[in-house]
Amino acid sequence: MSLHVDWPRNDYSRVPYRLYHDPEVYALEQERIFKGPTWSYLCLEAEIPELGDYLTTWVGDTPVVANRGPDGAVYAFVNRCAHRGAAVCREARGNTRFHTCIYHRWSYDHAGKLRGIPFFRGIGGEGGMDEDFDMSRHGLRPLRVACFEGVVFGTFADTTEPIETYLGAVLRGHIGRLMSRPLRILGYQRQRIEGNWKLYLENLRDTYHASLLHEFLVTFGLDRATQKGGVEMDGRHRHNLTYAHVASDDEQAARAAYGRQRVRADSLTLRDPSLLEFRREYPDDRNLAISTVFPNAAFQQLNNSLATRQVQTKGIDGFDLVWTYFGYADDGEDMTAHRLRQANLFGPGGLVSMEDAEAIEIAHRSTRREDAETVVEVGGKGEISDRAYRVNDVPVRGFWSYYAELMGIEPEGAVR
Amino acid sequence: MNSIERRLAIADLFADYVACLDGDRLESWLECFVEGCVYCIISRENLRLGLPLALLLCENKDMLRDRVVSLRAANEYRVHTDKHLVGSVRIKGPKEDAWAVEADYAMFQTDAEGNGSLYSFGTYESEVVFVEEAPKLRSHRVVVDNWNIPHMLSTPI
Repeated sequence: MSLHVDWPRNDYSRVPYRLYHDPEVYALEQERIFKGPTWSYLCLEAEIPELGDYLTTWVGDTPVVANRGPDGAVYAFVNRCAHRGAAVCREARGNTRFHTCIYHRWSYDHAGKLRGIPFFRGIGGEGGMDEDFDMSRHGLRPLRVACFEGVVFGTFADTTEPIETYLGAVLRGHIGRLMSRPLRILGYQRQRIEGNWKLYLENLRDTYHASLLHEFLVTFGLDRATQKGGVEMDGRHRHNLTYAHVASDDEQAARAAYGRQRVRADSLTLRDPSLLEFRREYPDDRNLAISTVFPNAAFQQLNNSLATRQVQTKGIDGFDLVWTYFGYADDGEDMTAHRLRQANLFGPGGLVSMEDAEAIEIAHRSTRREDAETVVEVGGKGEISDRAYRVNDVPVRGFWSYYAELMGIEPEGAVR
Repeated sequence: MNSIERRLAIADLFADYVACLDGDRLESWLECFVEGCVYCIISRENLRLGLPLALLLCENKDMLRDRVVSLRAANEYRVHTDKHLVGSVRIKGPKEDAWAVEADYAMFQTDAEGNGSLYSFGTYESEVVFVEEAPKLRSHRVVVDNWNIPHMLSTPI
């Protein structure tokens, strides 16, 4: 399968709307991106702490099981019986030594190796499998697994670079910072957004929108483009980190700047401001640090609300967004209560995140038959590089540059 | 008030509660709660797993007021109208100073072009107290059975 895309510019400052709506594009993404040389986020190790713990998840459209083997290591395999294609694990999570398909009771171990077939030699010499049937050739397709600082990634490709190189220094630093102490899982949230998955990956890389769409952020000074902050990327510009420093701007000047843009910045006050309290818990004073890892994950800190986000594609027109909130195992009761309170900021009903779903859905809906392009040039065109300011969407172009490389659709003289 | 009157008043409270939400009278909806209330929306999944994370958590009426103000003034969300259907209100009788009450709900959403869909269903698990003979929610937990939230969670359930 190959695809031809007419990029109006080689720096990805124009992206054809077709890429969000063409089913052929989607099919190729599944092959070249989700089954390509990328590391997909699977889960956190803290979700499967005991031997035999497992959970089901997705890499693109492919159902996947991650589990902890008898040796304590994490293994992953495709959740599709080698016999007739039924899902082997049907529960979202559990604990087991063997994974047995209900259809004909074929049974697999933690690594997906086929360990048992009922009536393998039939009954009384009649029925069963032929002599040449080789069980070792009918296992569940394994994924290579890499655990980095307690985060579990999986890949289908043999050629995927080591996870440390894949992430690069910026992401290693950010994930290491969030995972610096043993975790306590606080719970899950999930939402189905009716838009193409890439719209969300772009949204996460677009710091320009944050304080314009999310008025809650501006009004209460959680995140303003006037604050010290910016974006950093890995060498290949496929991942990014957006960050801001609390109280690094002047309240009056910030409100004036937003006032000039006709963005409401001071009309609200909270009767219970405990929601906004920031308890510094890292050596730096960043109150906002959200990173994205190509192709399916984000790692979030806003004040003391910590979570991972996983994108699960559900066809060209929709995706599930799964939020896994965590604190640290040594958090006191009061800190846990604080994090649970601050979880109000994010998730499907988040005071500062509910808008994203709406922005994605209205963009998706209105570009279906549009033979035009989206404009990506805030913070400049041309070179893709880090920015030490907030009003930019440069990492969106970084996303597309790596996307185009993997998809084999780079324009001539493509900027990387 | 005798017990029968109190039971009728509790059933009325639930009817008023959803009528306020469906009528976009969020400020009046606040009056269903006492000052020291706890309102939360939580997924059935987290409850089953014993995990404390809610979808929305207001630990007092001020936080609830803030939510409403934010919805009115700061948040952008799907253009929609809601319709709640509440099943039989199961009044489990007075327990110490409050009445334990449960009711199943279904909530439908209609978009700007008239397309309707089942948005949420689950159970209200509540504690009702009487303040000057009027029933009020002291605790109201919305347990969502279909916890993969369609679109987003904006207006309360």
